[in-house]
Amino acid sequence: MNAFHPSTQWPLSKLVAVALLGGAVFTTTLGLPAIAHAESEHVELLNVSYDPTREFYREYNELFADHWQQARGQTVSVRQSHGGSGSQGRAVVDGIDADVVTLALAYDIDALHDRAELIPADWQSRLPYNSSPYTSTIVLLVRDGNPKNIQGWEDLARDDVDVITPNPKTSGGARWNFLALWGYGLEQFDGDEQQTFDFVQQVFENVPVLDSGARGATNTFVQRRLGDVLLAWENEAILSVEQLGKGDFEIVVPEQSILAEPPVAVVDANVDRKGTREAAEAYLEYLYSEEAQQLAAKHYYRPRSEDVLAEHIDAFPSLELFTIDDVFGGWQSAQARFFNDGGVFDEILEAINAQ
Amino acid sequence: MSTSLTATPPQDISSTRWRRATEEPAWIRLTLITLALTFVTLFLVLPLTVVLYGAFERGIGVWWAAVQDPDALSAIRLTLLIVAIVVPLNTVFGIAAAWAIAKFEFRGKPVLISLIDMPFAISPVVVGLIFVILFGSQGWLGPWLAAHDLRIIFAVPGIVIVIAFGTLPFIARELIPLMQQQGKEEEEASLTLGANGWKTFWYVTLPNIKWGLIYGVILCNARAMGEFGAVAVVSGRIRGETNTMPLHIEVLYNEYMFTAAFAVSSLLTGLALVTIIIKSMVEWQEERRQRIAAT
Amino acid sequence: MSITLAKRRVIPGFGLTMGFTLLYMGLVFLIPVGAFLLYTTTMSWETFWSAITQRQVVASYKLSFGGSLIAATINLVFGALVAWVLVRYRFPGRRVVDALVDLPFALPTAVAGIALVTLYASTGWVGQYLEIFGIRVAYTQLGVVVALTYIGLPFVVRTVQPVLEDLEAEWEEASASLGAGRLTTLRRVIFPALLPALLTGYALAFARALGEYGSVVFISGNLPFRTEITPLLIVSKAEQYDYHGAAAIGTVMLLAAFSMLLVINGLQWWAGRRHA
Repeated sequence: MNAFHPSTQWPLSKLVAVALLGGAVFTTTLGLPAIAHAESEHVELLNVSYDPTREFYREYNELFADHWQQARGQTVSVRQSHGGSGSQGRAVVDGIDADVVTLALAYDIDALHDRAELIPADWQSRLPYNSSPYTSTIVLLVRDGNPKNIQGWEDLARDDVDVITPNPKTSGGARWNFLALWGYGLEQFDGDEQQTFDFVQQVFENVPVLDSGARGATNTFVQRRLGDVLLAWENEAILSVEQLGKGDFEIVVPEQSILAEPPVAVVDANVDRKGTREAAEAYLEYLYSEEAQQLAAKHYYRPRSEDVLAEHIDAFPSLELFTIDDVFGGWQSAQARFFNDGGVFDEILEAINAQ
Repeated sequence: MSTSLTATPPQDISSTRWRRATEEPAWIRLTLITLALTFVTLFLVLPLTVVLYGAFERGIGVWWAAVQDPDALSAIRLTLLIVAIVVPLNTVFGIAAAWAIAKFEFRGKPVLISLIDMPFAISPVVVGLIFVILFGSQGWLGPWLAAHDLRIIFAVPGIVIVIAFGTLPFIARELIPLMQQQGKEEEEASLTLGANGWKTFWYVTLPNIKWGLIYGVILCNARAMGEFGAVAVVSGRIRGETNTMPLHIEVLYNEYMFTAAFAVSSLLTGLALVTIIIKSMVEWQEERRQRIAAT
Repeated sequence: MSITLAKRRVIPGFGLTMGFTLLYMGLVFLIPVGAFLLYTTTMSWETFWSAITQRQVVASYKLSFGGSLIAATINLVFGALVAWVLVRYRFPGRRVVDALVDLPFALPTAVAGIALVTLYASTGWVGQYLEIFGIRVAYTQLGVVVALTYIGLPFVVRTVQPVLEDLEAEWEEASASLGAGRLTTLRRVIFPALLPALLTGYALAFARALGEYGSVVFISGNLPFRTEITPLLIVSKAEQYDYHGAAAIGTVMLLAAFSMLLVINGLQWWAGRRHA
């Protein structure tokens, strides 16, 4: 209307033309199918993993690359994808072409068989120790000096304690937390389900925030200074103390807790299509080697190897550990009973809301 | 456009004690400005300060290292690539839609306009879900895509589609009211004088909508760079490959590398805001030139 | 405005532009959204109904719709104010503020959420002072409103601003010279002219707030029945492979937002015709 300068119209029109051309070029490049990169001297793997393993696998990938170079003379590069265990499992079901999955719990890997037939039903028996090369457990992280004097699970139900834990519906770690709590309740109340329910309900009444993932909960506890106690993987708790604030936090190891077994599996359908089975299987098997076990211990996972564990015994205090198979009859039944819609966790939420 | 119309006269109120009938008393103006600035400070300035403070808290060296990280560089490259595809497409769409809606009368116009607005209203979460249901290997087109070795989700095309989806309305939304308000007299005059359609568009319409267009492109560009929710669902989060800048920021945050996370955020904000600043400067120059020409 | 109710179309390009518009919209979102709606029809009415009326879901509607409504209203008032101040007054830093208004579009929603929670947590720069007055923002419903206000902020400002700029000063002068006070002029002359833009901005801010996810999850406590927004529930359902449940709730959100936009755009179109 007001500014009709003949000189100003050309740069704009040129700009538009160039932009359009650029867009067109990019679109056509994209349209090209991905070029196959399966050369014999180089192999590429995709490891779809969950949140707390980032630091471990970054180092392990280099370790394995060296090992594989020496063993086979083949270079291997491992691409990583990290996220919440449940959503990562879902991404594999929905088509991300992972060669291996290394997730937080067996239920998320079971889905690869149940929902998409990517792996056989007996996947967990293919590698030693339930296909879990390292383990962890659930511990309590409190603030320095333990101002609320939290000594074990029973203290979480106290009225003056705020508990931080992620949402079991969206976080694998949170499901371990919940089951550790429930297992303690059963033990404490001699198997009385109702009393256990009331106890766990009391604990969840003390939860002010339900983050969607374990790392989010840690950030809430550490960065926002919310809550008196964080329920966390042992490896995450030690990492928080080491990395985020030495002297700001303390770890309280309860007398008993759950044995958390994060499993690993080769995704058969994908490795067979891509021709990467050999390297993918070796990648997982090598997790049980002396070197890898040392690395796991370094990143605060409890190694399966007795020798390596003995070496690091100071870092991993002994406590009574129960397994999900013994107490809950495995992940399938635990998931159905506690975490599916209408399950025990939903009942607890309803009960809290009804108050 | 016509800022010159409403620009305050050169008289200074405090010194002349003279006030136009279309102006408010000084104390009202002061109150309004204070209120507006408080709101802007609480919701815009402070969040930006948090980002910048976090980014440079530990010095420019740490900032530079975070931005130079190979994973960060690949995220920047991917984000720029996506912007280079999405913005031109949405520009052509915006101009076409605005032309059709502003220059012609037809039935169902409100429905069409509402449809154009719709991507604003669809939750990013739902957008992600839609494309997983469509293109996921359990989805409707999944098996066909797999059989032809085509990848949409968990690859770049999927990210491009969800971002195009989310930013589709920006340019059209900017141009439609502008072109409606300008009417079609100028184009009709040009056409009756014998210019063809393209010429008319190029020499009459385009200069008229120039600022709206630039502004729409800037917004579309900013939003395309910052889109998070939907991309998180379809990207697959493969490091150095399908992580866009917002996803890379989330990765860093989840690795407790807060300084690096804020560093990449500040770069992203800078990339988005620099276009806005350039636009402001050009506008200011233009205004000044007009004022000089007027006196 | 339009004296030329042309019976003959002088202007070319209707077929071309309309064709491209529909083709592009179709490919990018009409077909996907259509397929999505079709997908929800594969479930039985009972399943659909029970999925969208679970008590936890209904509680989340209350928060999402209520929070979006409040946030959009805040944006209506303050957005109009900011637009007014930016257009009508000159003060130092005006251009900076003008540029900053677009920040919520530019900053990734997750970063915005982190920045907001850093500010408004009880240890944050702003939150520690609010705490003195007993106001808690982070992890409460108030936090949800703060995040939704933030992400919807540009809409009202940016729809009102151009209209205000184009508002001819003559009308106000005429009103004033006819003896109307400033308030009367505001009510009778300026407000009616701004109304369509205000409504559009309001509708867009509301619709955008309704679907927001990334920033809210950081500042909200995400507790079911209390601080859990509907988009989070959709994510949570999808996480459990309950795609049908997720799609059902998603459909409710989609239809709600779309009808809101349709009503506003319909009103405007109708008002525009009446004036013409």
